[in-house]
Amino acid sequence: MVGFLEDKDRIFSNLYGLHDWGLEGAKARGVWNGTAEMLSYSPEWVCDQIKASGLRGRGGAGFATGLKWTFMPKQESERPHYLVVNADESEPGTCKDREVMRNDPHRLIEGCLVASYAIRAHDCFIYIRGEYVHERERLEAALVEASAAKLIGKNNIHGWDCNIRVTHGGGAYICGDEMALLESLEGKKGQPRLKPPFPAGAGVYGCPTTVNNVESIAVAPEILRRGAEWFLGFGRDRNSGTKLMSASGHVNKPCVVEEAMSIPMRQLIEDHFGGIRGGWGNLKAVIPGGSSVRMIPADEAEVALMDFDDLAGRKSGLGTAAMIVMDKDCDIVAAIARLSYFYKHESCGQCTPCREGTGWMWRIMERMVTGEAEPKEIDMLLDVASQVEGHTICGLGDAAAWPIQGLFRHFRPEIEARIANYRSRRANVRGATLMAAE
Amino acid sequence: MSVRRLAKEQPALFTFSPEAAEKVRWWTAKFPQGRAQSAVIPVLWLVQKQEGWVPEPALRVVAELLHMPVIRVLEIVTFYTMFQLSPVGKVAHIQLCGTTPCMLRGANDLKGILKSRVGHVGGCSADGRFSWEEVECMGACANAPMAAINDYYYEDLTVESLNGLIDDFAAGETPSPGSAIGRTGSAPEGGPTSLLDAALYDGSRASPLKLPNAPAKEHA
Repeated sequence: MVGFLEDKDRIFSNLYGLHDWGLEGAKARGVWNGTAEMLSYSPEWVCDQIKASGLRGRGGAGFATGLKWTFMPKQESERPHYLVVNADESEPGTCKDREVMRNDPHRLIEGCLVASYAIRAHDCFIYIRGEYVHERERLEAALVEASAAKLIGKNNIHGWDCNIRVTHGGGAYICGDEMALLESLEGKKGQPRLKPPFPAGAGVYGCPTTVNNVESIAVAPEILRRGAEWFLGFGRDRNSGTKLMSASGHVNKPCVVEEAMSIPMRQLIEDHFGGIRGGWGNLKAVIPGGSSVRMIPADEAEVALMDFDDLAGRKSGLGTAAMIVMDKDCDIVAAIARLSYFYKHESCGQCTPCREGTGWMWRIMERMVTGEAEPKEIDMLLDVASQVEGHTICGLGDAAAWPIQGLFRHFRPEIEARIANYRSRRANVRGATLMAAE
Repeated sequence: MSVRRLAKEQPALFTFSPEAAEKVRWWTAKFPQGRAQSAVIPVLWLVQKQEGWVPEPALRVVAELLHMPVIRVLEIVTFYTMFQLSPVGKVAHIQLCGTTPCMLRGANDLKGILKSRVGHVGGCSADGRFSWEEVECMGACANAPMAAINDYYYEDLTVESLNGLIDDFAAGETPSPGSAIGRTGSAPEGGPTSLLDAALYDGSRASPLKLPNAPAKEHA
């Protein structure tokens, strides 16, 4: 068998769009099966099942989903509750939610109903990134089907009014941060709010809100269908369940696949991604979770497990489990410099460390690519990165610092050599003769 | 962050077509009373679908429609980079992803093609039919490198296939979006390594079931 997970335990049965995405096809694959029974028990029961399953948020942060749902007020009031589905998938490397929305939209819609019920919300917004035009059209078409079949909407067959509406962004990565998403949903620039207050206290229009990732919402009904113990059967303690994982970059067969949490990274790459270009020995480094986590070098990738805690223990992170794989033939410094450019481009500009720091870090990184730098600038760059990290309103600052920290943590001598090489070939660079002589 | 400004040359007026106006109403109806501002991005996108770009008079029309100060609409159109603030190619606007996952699979070579066939970055071709820009991660990384052309994703591109797409568009065709090497979505080349069990698709999943862990005698 390939990988750890057997097909019978896979949730996203139409991941590749080989089967009918419409309502009939979805029902034949088990979507909407038992939903009425799910909503016949209390919202607390639903939250308890999701808590018991150990589901951790699939959007990158890995916060316990069931626990987050319990932060909402336990009764309705004149401030309506909102479920907001974060479909603003923009993390470099990440391309999984897109597959759910275009190929299995009914699974997401069913999840929206169940989650809305669990948090006592009658209104759900799916905020999808603006560039996903085709995916949005699919989602809207699926919502029309679900509405016509009275599965959702007012006076539906499930006894819980649930209006699900799609809205979209305009191309800003920062709107994937929930506090910026809320601003954007309200029709403003995506400049994140501070937490506290948390969305459950004051979210959309100041009302109690829960924001969850597409994948987190889409797996909820299946967890209720098969039981929390089933979900706990995959992955290590506190890292349970199945997960959509992907690889881009220097694997032979990039793709998206659903696998068990805690699968060894090497096995995942060999079994599902065709191995590393040029063989495992040609691997240089992997960024495991979308670009906003630190890279791990090949010798760690050999033994790392794809879960939150193992990778956190390696000073990296699972993030979205979207691996960016780099082999020895690539210019790893250029790859990281391009990520630094990404963060500079995407900074919303609200707070100084990020607005100024992302541009500054990118410009230094560009010179590190050619080696056109002084050796002391490496520590200066790392110092600035650590002053951005943790000192910003949202996580984009941390995300901008981490790729650089990962690069120097594991490959500092390479960049030092690049600098020495650059300087030694140029007689007019101060200290060049000294360096060449050393 | 980047500085984005309105184009120097602007038309005098803007009005929504009847079809677009209907869609505007559909969008504003999605949001609660008094919250029409929430529709500002989708409504500005409708402007762009109608005109190809967002001209300045449209900002004032949208501001009035959504009961917003004009400055707040200007903020939106300059903050969100999907909005084109000057005209784009009449036949195709090509948005090539240049972020690291696409870069690792050859996006820089594709930039070279676009520079030589279309023109300088962000510009229009001499005949005004094509334009291109480098965009940030578009979320199709397992099918890298890719470009969005007129909003739809063309993936697994090579120098040959990108040249072919430009030729097709230039000839007045609209090639099918998707993988240029015949992959189905994000399935791997050579076919899926998972979801091969026919039992997943024989309808058995639709058989009536009883939920596990049902509470003793509890109803909502």
